[in-house]
Order: sequence, then structure tokens, then C-alpha cells
Amino acid sequence: MLQTASRSKKSASKKAPPRDRFLEAFRWMLLARTLEEKLVSLYRGGAITGGVYIGKGQEAVSVACGLVLKKGDIFAPLIRDQAGRSAFGEPLVDVARTYLGSRQGPMRGRDGNIHRGRPLDDQLAMISHLGAMVSVTVGALMAKRSKGEKNFIGLSCIGEGGMQTGAFHEGMNIAAVEQVPLVVVATNNHYAYSTPNDREFACADLVDRAKGYGFEGYSIDGTDLSTCLDVIGGAVKRARAGRPPQLVVASVLRLSGHGEHDDASYVTDEIKREPFAQDCLKRAEKLIVDLNLADAETMKSWRADAAAKVDEALTTAQKEAAPNADEEDWCAISTRELADQAE
Amino acid sequence: MSITYLEAIREAQAKLLRDDERVFIYGQDVGGTFGGAFKATKGLAKEFPGRVLNTPISEDAMVGTAIGAAINGMRPIVEMQFADFSSTALNQILNNAGTHYWRTNVPVPITVRLPSGGTKGSGPFHSQSMESIYAHYPGLIVMTPATVEDAYTMLIEAVAIDDPVVYCEHKYLYYHLKAEKLPTEGLPTGKARIAREGRDLTIVTYSAMLHEALTVAEEFAAEGFEIEVVDLRTVKPLDTDTVLASVARTGRLLCVGESFPWGGANAEVISRVTTEGFHLLDAAPQRVNAKDTPIPYHPNLWSAHRPNAKAVAAKARQLLRE
Repeated sequence: MLQTASRSKKSASKKAPPRDRFLEAFRWMLLARTLEEKLVSLYRGGAITGGVYIGKGQEAVSVACGLVLKKGDIFAPLIRDQAGRSAFGEPLVDVARTYLGSRQGPMRGRDGNIHRGRPLDDQLAMISHLGAMVSVTVGALMAKRSKGEKNFIGLSCIGEGGMQTGAFHEGMNIAAVEQVPLVVVATNNHYAYSTPNDREFACADLVDRAKGYGFEGYSIDGTDLSTCLDVIGGAVKRARAGRPPQLVVASVLRLSGHGEHDDASYVTDEIKREPFAQDCLKRAEKLIVDLNLADAETMKSWRADAAAKVDEALTTAQKEAAPNADEEDWCAISTRELADQAE
Repeated sequence: MSITYLEAIREAQAKLLRDDERVFIYGQDVGGTFGGAFKATKGLAKEFPGRVLNTPISEDAMVGTAIGAAINGMRPIVEMQFADFSSTALNQILNNAGTHYWRTNVPVPITVRLPSGGTKGSGPFHSQSMESIYAHYPGLIVMTPATVEDAYTMLIEAVAIDDPVVYCEHKYLYYHLKAEKLPTEGLPTGKARIAREGRDLTIVTYSAMLHEALTVAEEFAAEGFEIEVVDLRTVKPLDTDTVLASVARTGRLLCVGESFPWGGANAEVISRVTTEGFHLLDAAPQRVNAKDTPIPYHPNLWSAHRPNAKAVAAKARQLLRE
């Protein structure tokens, strides 16, 4: 059942996603890129505390994840999934509020940057410990199955760095044991922080692991939006139809530092010349121009619209109060009468 | 009829499965006809098909799965085969379950059962008491039942609580402790119990060490000393009020716990009493813990490593002389 890289590429090139879906995906990518560029500038200006972690170069993979899910599906995005989060329905203001620490955001200043989510709206809130969210997604799917819900799937994102954790291996194995409708999308951006692939793993191709886990696996060029929509969409369809769990491994280059504190000087010139180092957003834009899917005026209006939405979200969050330690209730459990009185 | 501590745990789970369709049990060897390494789930898989599930040897994923299910409306009970192995699930318990409500406002109602504590010949990796580690981290409730009645009612309460509960059940008590019948209700969670009244010395303890403390209190009664024994029942939240009230009566404090000596439940009780009740004390508080080495295999070494009535009596005598 394991599909090889070359086979999946071949099938992808035959069947491009419909024009409207491609353009919709492109607009989410554009929005994510616009937002993250703005976040970077706020960080550099000292307006954001902690760190900024962007998904530059990974938007095509991410947007495909968010876009192919339906209401009632579970989404467990990770660090570089702004495009997917937005496409899945995360309000832009959630991002702004979390980065700026607004009390009105979903994390209320208690957690920041990419550590955010709305679990009751099926957007799981990642923890920094990579691999941990795969089994959490499995559990969410088991609960849905147990409650008699139908036609749902879960999609959990990971990078090639996170694929090397014990938690990831355990999560993949238990997903296959439980036969839940899960799609795991792994983006190999070729660096775990500064560590290149050759010090991360020694197998020939990460997708080969799919068979070992009991998943069906696919490799894709993560810089090609059509392929991402097609193959990730196909995996989601198969999971929904009751096939075994699905693993998609996408190849890209991280076009930023690990975070904005990191100049990524360790990324070699050689790797920057690889086909997977292309900018997926530029590739998608070129296709739109080449095939005349949208005219220059329309593209311009989309950019303006993205910038306006980003400005609106950030302006809203900037006006809101930061958390106040004196007003914080400092209680880590919901059963308040059982809070310990330690000081 | 008499019922053991282990049977009380099984009966509590049977009741939970019967009364609440959100409950399921997830753990290694808990299902099928086997019913768990200690038989705490024996017969339950047959009685409740599809709700008592064997898992791979994947403690991290077991707890992660439970967290995901709990967020989506279920009430999972995770059985660790031994408390010791929960160390490989620390990340999910501490960093995921323990932080989730604080971060997202969505509580995680999971119960993690830890077969805890030493038994003869069990060695370094099948004997640990881990309550102090879990109590150290925010976001968790840590139960340490010492009686058959508490084993039953506290497990039912653990599953009812909307927050993550680490339920430390003592393996030594599994077969050694019996009660005539199961109670219909227990003390509220977070409330300590005066297991024996006294006026000369307070022993604060929990789990299996309660019974060592009661043995010592009985011995000392023959000599005319009245030792008060406080069973904490939950180490988190810690019922400081009951402890302070007892120390106010006796003026002397001895803390007894089976975990390692550095930090922990004993140290926390002493810290609170000296901070909040220094004026109540007639002597410096003392504690008895296991030794600061891994837990030994051979019974000759193990019986000296684990706190026992003899060690508790020696400390109690020293305190009463001061």
C-alpha cells in the first residue's frame, strides 16, 4: 500500500486541483505571509516579547492541511502552520492577541506566540514538546468515535525534527493500533533548529517509516501548492473513507531562522539551490500569472486585503489591555475548591 | 463478606463504567481475559465490551490519548502497570494535562492510576512512590488512599473531578487490607482524616505508611503516650488546616512517607507547619522517608530502605524526649 515518492508525484501532476480552490489556498498563504512579516517587524521593534516563529516556505503544505478539513474535524497544527490555522478557521485576531499577550486572546497572556488553540473548536493547542500532539489527536478521534460521530478525521502536523521523538513514534503506533481516521503531515524543512538532516535521521526516506507504523505513506514536493492540495486532500479523503492512517512527508526548505532571533547562518548555499528550496508562495504566484488565473489588478487587491486584515487584527489587539498580575487568579485547576494553598 | 483494597479499586471502576458511559479504561494488559498485572480490571473487559482497552507499551501515548479523549468529553482512566513507568509519561502528565486548563481554559478530566510503593523483592523499577513529583507540578490533584474505603470512594471522586488526578494506589495494601463492606460516601477530596486521636505527638502520613504509624501509636499507648495520626488522603491539595489543628493539640510533629527524602510531601508538611504554626511547636519537626538510594531488591536491604514501624518508633521516641 506504500506509495512511493515518484508515483505520488506522477499522480499529482495529472490532476490539478480546481482553479477556485488553488486561488483560495493562495490567498490564505498570502495572508499568512503578510501577517508573519508584520509580526517579524513588530518583534524587531521590541513590541513582541519572547519569540516569533514563522512558516515562511511551508505555507503550501500548511494551507493544504487547513483547507481540506471540514467542520468537526480535529486539527493539531504545529509551529509553522499559520496558513493552515487561518484556513481552518482560526480568527486572525487570536494570533495578534496571543503574540501581544492580550487578556482577550484565547491564551490570555498565559501562553504566547504559536502555543495557542481553541480545543473546544477542534483546534488543539500544541505544547513545545514535539510529537506529543499526535496521541492527543488520536484520543480526540477515539472520543468522537465513541460518541457515535461520523465522517470526521484528525490531522496532526509535525516536522522532520519532531519525527525523531519517542512521543511521535508512540503516537503513530497507537494511531495505527486504534485505527483512527488520522492524517499526519510531516514537513521536512531540512533543519531541526540548526541541525541538518544527516544528524537527524539515517533512513533513506522518512516516508518509508509509514509502512512500519501501519500507515499509508506519500512523499510530496512541498513547494508545489497543486501537489500539496492534491496529495494531502487525497490522504484526508482516504482517512475519511476508512483507510488506515495516512502519512504525507513534504519536502521544503525553511526560509527563515528557527525563530526570528536566529539568523540561520548555518543554512548552506548548496541547499539553497535545491529544488525544495523554492519559495512556495512565489511558485504559486507564478502559476497564477502564467496560466492567467487572476489578473494583476485582482492580485493587487488581494494583497491590499491581506494587509488590511492584518492591520485590523493587530490594531485591535494592540488596543487591548495586557494581563495584570494583581488581577490574575493564579489557579491552575478548574475545581477551585481543590486548589492547594501553597505560597 | 470482606473486600480487599484491590477489590475496592476494581469495584470502583466497575461502578464508574456502569454509571457513566464517558468512562473507559486504557492501559497495558488491562483488557481481554487477563485484567491487569494486579487484576485491578479483572472481568471488566467482558462486562463492558470496547471500554477496557489494552494498549501498546507506550506510556506517553497512553496518556496523550487520554488527554485528547478527555478534552472531547470522555472520562478516561489510565492504568500504569507500575507507578515507576509513569516516568516515561511525565511529559504528557506534567506538560500537557497539567498545563492545559491554565493555558486554554479547558480542563482535562483524566485519572492516572499508579500502582505505587514497595513490596518485597520488587527492586528499583517496580517499587517507587511518585506522589511528590506529581504534587510538585501545578495543575494536578494527587490522591494517596490508605484504606479500602478511601480506595473506593476516592477513585470514584477522581473520575468525577474535572481536572487531572494522579491516583496513587499502594501495591502492598492490595491484598493486606480488608474491609467488611464498601462505603456509599467518603470524606470530601482534600480533607485529611484523624485516623487516631492523641495529645502527645502528631504523625502526619499517607498511603501504606498510615498503617506503620498506627502500629507505632498502638505500641506507644501501652507506655502511656497518646499519638495522634493524621492521614492526609490527598497530598495535593494538602489539608494544612487539619495538620495545624493537630499540631496545636500535640506540639510535636513527625512526618512519615515512603518516597525519597529530598523534598516531597514530608518536607512540604514540615515547611507549612514551621511557617504557619511555629509557635505551636515544642520541638523541631522530624521526618521518616526511604533512603536516598534506588530501592533495593533483596529483602534484607529493602526492609532497611523502606520506612517501617521500627524506624517510625525510633523517631517518635526521640521527639517525645525533647
